[in-house]
Amino acid sequence: MTGELSLDPLVVGVVLAMAVVTYATKAGGLWLLGRVEPSERAEAGLDALPGAVVVAILAPELVGSGPPGWLGAAVVALVTHRTGSVLLAMVAGVGSVVLLRGL
Amino acid sequence: MHAEEHRESAGERSVESDRGDGDLSFTLAGVRAGYVACLPVALGVGGYGLVFGVLADRAGLSAAEAVLTSATVLAGAAQLVAMELWTDPIPVATVVLTVAVVNLRYVLMGAALRPWFRHLSPLAAYGSVFFTADENWALTMGRLRDGSTNGAFLLGSGLAIWSFWVAATAVGALAGGLITDPARFGLDFVLVAVFVAIAVGLYEGRETLAPWALAFVVAVAGAHLLPGKWYILLGGVAGSLLEVARFDG
Repeated sequence: MTGELSLDPLVVGVVLAMAVVTYATKAGGLWLLGRVEPSERAEAGLDALPGAVVVAILAPELVGSGPPGWLGAAVVALVTHRTGSVLLAMVAGVGSVVLLRGL
Repeated sequence: MHAEEHRESAGERSVESDRGDGDLSFTLAGVRAGYVACLPVALGVGGYGLVFGVLADRAGLSAAEAVLTSATVLAGAAQLVAMELWTDPIPVATVVLTVAVVNLRYVLMGAALRPWFRHLSPLAAYGSVFFTADENWALTMGRLRDGSTNGAFLLGSGLAIWSFWVAATAVGALAGGLITDPARFGLDFVLVAVFVAIAVGLYEGRETLAPWALAFVVAVAGAHLLPGKWYILLGGVAGSLLEVARFDG
């Protein structure tokens, strides 16, 4: 176990690569739009991408998590939708999973 | 500090109503106004930051590495996805490629800022966009469309988000290190919970269901058939392509 202040050169390298790639997307649109106009069809696809990626992350996790996970996910979705508070939703979701696993 | 630049010929812009005014200011007072306006939102972002810190710690990052990530990347969903992919050895190409894909929406968001930001100096414009996050971008667009001339609002509101995001990451990473048995506290469920919450935020009504259903099915199949985490990219791209294919203007 390394200290909390340690900086592994490889980790730092990957993090900086993530930073460069992210900045490229943030600055890219500003730079690009002066030059090309994306079609509305392409825009619709880009717009759908984050949601589809998030669902793709969740899908196998949810399938494998069993009834406590399914109910916990439903609680998180409900609380997020009703209150808009992510922190409250986390606490409610994690709490219900812990309770359900204890049954 | 505002660059005067005359409007390009009107026909060049596709979004006439979104055309910015040439008189955009970029001042310290403007930065402060953005920071203050964004504080309540930044507090909520801090909640995600705590979760990111805990997950980064569980993925094996030191607190310093977790804080460096939040300070330099500043992209909530992409950072959380990266922690999901993070193993030893680090799958570098998968991580960087997936981060790029998750962040592709920023290209659109940056493009939407252009009618206003082209009136700022390049340093102000390209410096400000580093601080783009979903939440403060939405706030900024709202202000600018309502006729605000504060060109520093994105920077100010982004600094609010950045400061809470980085501080919360540090707290989460250090607190996470104290927890030895994550399953006992349901912490193994935190990531699922975070992404469910993000999905609720991205849900745009029934239109969204078809691409999401396809992403779900492709991801589950991909997780069975492919090594590593390629199912994430595959499912995401499948959902996006369905949206492209059925687009009818």
